[in-house]
Amino acid sequence: MHIPSPQRSPLLLVTPLLLIVLALSSNLHADSTAFIGATIYPVSGPVIEDGVMVVRDGKIESIGARSDVVIPSGATQVESSGKTIIPGLICTHSHIGMGGGGDGSDPIQPECWTLDSVNVRSASVERARAGGLTLVNQMPGSGHLISGRTTYLKLRRGGKVDDLLIRDASGWPMGGLKMANGTNSQRAAPFPGTRAKSAALVRGAYIKAQEYRAKIEKAAGDPEKMPERDLKMEALVEALEGKRIVHHHTHRHDDILTVLRLRDEFGFQVVLHHVSDAWKVAKEIAEAKAPCSIIVIDSPGGKLEARDIQMENGMILEQAGVNVSFHTDDWITDSRLFLRSAALGVRAGMTREGALRALTLSGAEMLGLADRTGSLDPGKDADFAIISGDPFSVYTKVLETYVEGTRVFDLSNPEHRLFAVGGRGAGEDQTYQCCGERGGQ
Amino acid sequence: MKLQFLLTIALTVAGFTADLAGQQTLAIRGETIHTMARQADGQWMEPIENGVVLIIDGKVAAIGAASAVEIPAGIRVIDAAVVTPGLIDSRSVVGLAGWLNYDHDQDQLERSSPMQPELDARDAYNVREPLIQWVRSLGVTTLHTGHAPGQLISGQTFIVKTRGDNVDQAILKSKAMVVCTLGSSGFGSEGKSPGTRAKQMAMIRQEFIKARSYMDKIEAAQADEEKEAPARDLRNEVLVEILRGERPLMITAHGSVDIQNALRLQKELQIKVVLEGASECYDYFDELKEQQIPVIIHPTMMRASGKGQNSSMETVAKMVAAGIPVAMGSGYESYVPKTRVVLWEAAIACAYGCPFNDALGLITASAAELLGISDRVGSLEVGKDGDVALYDGDPFEYTSHCVGTVIDGVVVSDQQR
Repeated sequence: MHIPSPQRSPLLLVTPLLLIVLALSSNLHADSTAFIGATIYPVSGPVIEDGVMVVRDGKIESIGARSDVVIPSGATQVESSGKTIIPGLICTHSHIGMGGGGDGSDPIQPECWTLDSVNVRSASVERARAGGLTLVNQMPGSGHLISGRTTYLKLRRGGKVDDLLIRDASGWPMGGLKMANGTNSQRAAPFPGTRAKSAALVRGAYIKAQEYRAKIEKAAGDPEKMPERDLKMEALVEALEGKRIVHHHTHRHDDILTVLRLRDEFGFQVVLHHVSDAWKVAKEIAEAKAPCSIIVIDSPGGKLEARDIQMENGMILEQAGVNVSFHTDDWITDSRLFLRSAALGVRAGMTREGALRALTLSGAEMLGLADRTGSLDPGKDADFAIISGDPFSVYTKVLETYVEGTRVFDLSNPEHRLFAVGGRGAGEDQTYQCCGERGGQ
Repeated sequence: MKLQFLLTIALTVAGFTADLAGQQTLAIRGETIHTMARQADGQWMEPIENGVVLIIDGKVAAIGAASAVEIPAGIRVIDAAVVTPGLIDSRSVVGLAGWLNYDHDQDQLERSSPMQPELDARDAYNVREPLIQWVRSLGVTTLHTGHAPGQLISGQTFIVKTRGDNVDQAILKSKAMVVCTLGSSGFGSEGKSPGTRAKQMAMIRQEFIKARSYMDKIEAAQADEEKEAPARDLRNEVLVEILRGERPLMITAHGSVDIQNALRLQKELQIKVVLEGASECYDYFDELKEQQIPVIIHPTMMRASGKGQNSSMETVAKMVAAGIPVAMGSGYESYVPKTRVVLWEAAIACAYGCPFNDALGLITASAAELLGISDRVGSLEVGKDGDVALYDGDPFEYTSHCVGTVIDGVVVSDQQR
């Protein structure tokens, strides 16, 4: 925990070693922190008024009403009355850090990985922390049928992408696979010129991947019989095996159904993204049990295929029983105002519970990370935001953001505040310095 | 055929009857009415609790507490929790820019030449543009719209109500401002001049020198019958209007250098300037005050990148505190959203330190004052246009709805949005 506290700071100054020894050798829970008195939205359960949440070693240790939670002796106590605690916000579709995927050479480039291009020192990453975000799915663009592998980033403070990665049990960085259909990925050859050609090219790629996988299976572990390693094929095989969730950009009603058709043909797991026409095919989406990651923009239009987008998409999908999350598509919408997307969802008829879930737990589910984040439950990562009031009020501010128990954004810190509010220097990367001094308004 | 004919007759008669019955006459009862009228000292009037706005023949005929305003029998009465003047978007491109990013739907920027002040927004305004309906359903009744930033002088703007079946019915003020863009976004396309800031300034100076000479010749001819007036020149005619102070040059400038250039131009040319965008104007409050330059500030949710990378959500609050005339526009978006909604932008300003009335003023009374249309719109006062927006709660709250929009006493939107 990086929380300044009267109890700990003097001790830290005098004998940091002693503290470490104590923490390692006793049950004093000197490394626990209890947030006391806040209104807590665990999302996995009902709202807790006058709640207590205890955080230890980056995890949530306990949570509940003040009368039900035993605050460990020695825990740092943080008075949080009047404030609201929500799970850290999860953006299932973000371009912060501007990580890109494939180039103009081919419509299908699953070998490319945003991990190799994202700039985690970007001001946009700072703004995301200021918006209460703790986890993003960093996506390549939609100008390809398959533009590359996406990267799931925990917004820990760090100067290199490795500091923000989420690794699976084998140590492999986690992420999905970005696909797109509709007009964005249609252009001059070798890109497809029509929707049917788009689908045909995708089919061709996955059939190859099936064959590649069959060779591997046939080899049964014999290195002599293994096919040559092929990065394109490896990523697609991961998708076929459900190890890599397909995040599929799609707008028009028929394109949405095409995604579901391809999913059923090849058996990959898919999350539908944007889904502008969702309201037209909500029943079909629900029957297919396909989760939807949607966006809210302030006026309709842009391109023909997205023209019919409705503010009511969230409500209609929720009522149809579809798992819904919101996304920023940052820079399309600003991560600092991510709560606003859900609030506008409520404005257009979504339930408050559904809208908050769509910013948190639903997103975690769509990234396959709900076992570790997305709601405030004992044992999960301590990813949360402390906000000043009702999550859906324009007047509410994100005060602090925590990732795995560490505070990564603090509105009272002038340097963080600059990113939250704007002003001279706010657009520069984290490392920007002029004459030894960081720019400030 | 016969049936269709009869139907047409019936509809015509129905429409006629409605008109005769006074379609532009109605009463609005509001639990809270923000009149946005000013007291003699310039301070905002307190809102009216449980009040009535009575609109007769399209104009506000009476406004006050329910006990003080008698509603004539038989007229339509609408109830709302919160009532404000119809909203004003102080800088839009809607109607020239359509909702689709295809050439046929984007008429806001002509790139053939860097300076074309002769382009008249009336000639490009699509009164049936869906975005007009969209902003209207969120309470916007007046748009200051026209040519977009993106060329050194891209054309003119005008002011419309968000109603009408043709452009003439929509017009509130046919000649508003002339659009100028300083900084890299005003550089010429495909390598054409201007390609630098210094070139931009030189080109503008030269153009106004020409216009001044044109003006001098006209005046000389007017004073002396022997002297011949110069041949008509559309471009110079518009620039002369600026030189004569009949309309302002609206300069879009965001960065520090570009704002300084705008300030310098105003001093050199002695013209009326309105600064637009103005992301980094927080460093120039003294100059803006001294030179009496009002600001149409960028939407608060403008992207914090590129020219807006140093924009701040608190700028409006600081300007209001400093006493600088300010209004808010939706600006121009090249991608999406195709228009921002000024109600939601002013809401963010309010959340970031701007007092409620001043934030609402950005999109009502202060906007009308800045645009020179406060005799007609911007506040709910007797004699002004019956333009009203209705809400079911705090207009700025994300979860409140606009439940109705009225223009000249006509309900133009009654859906909950």
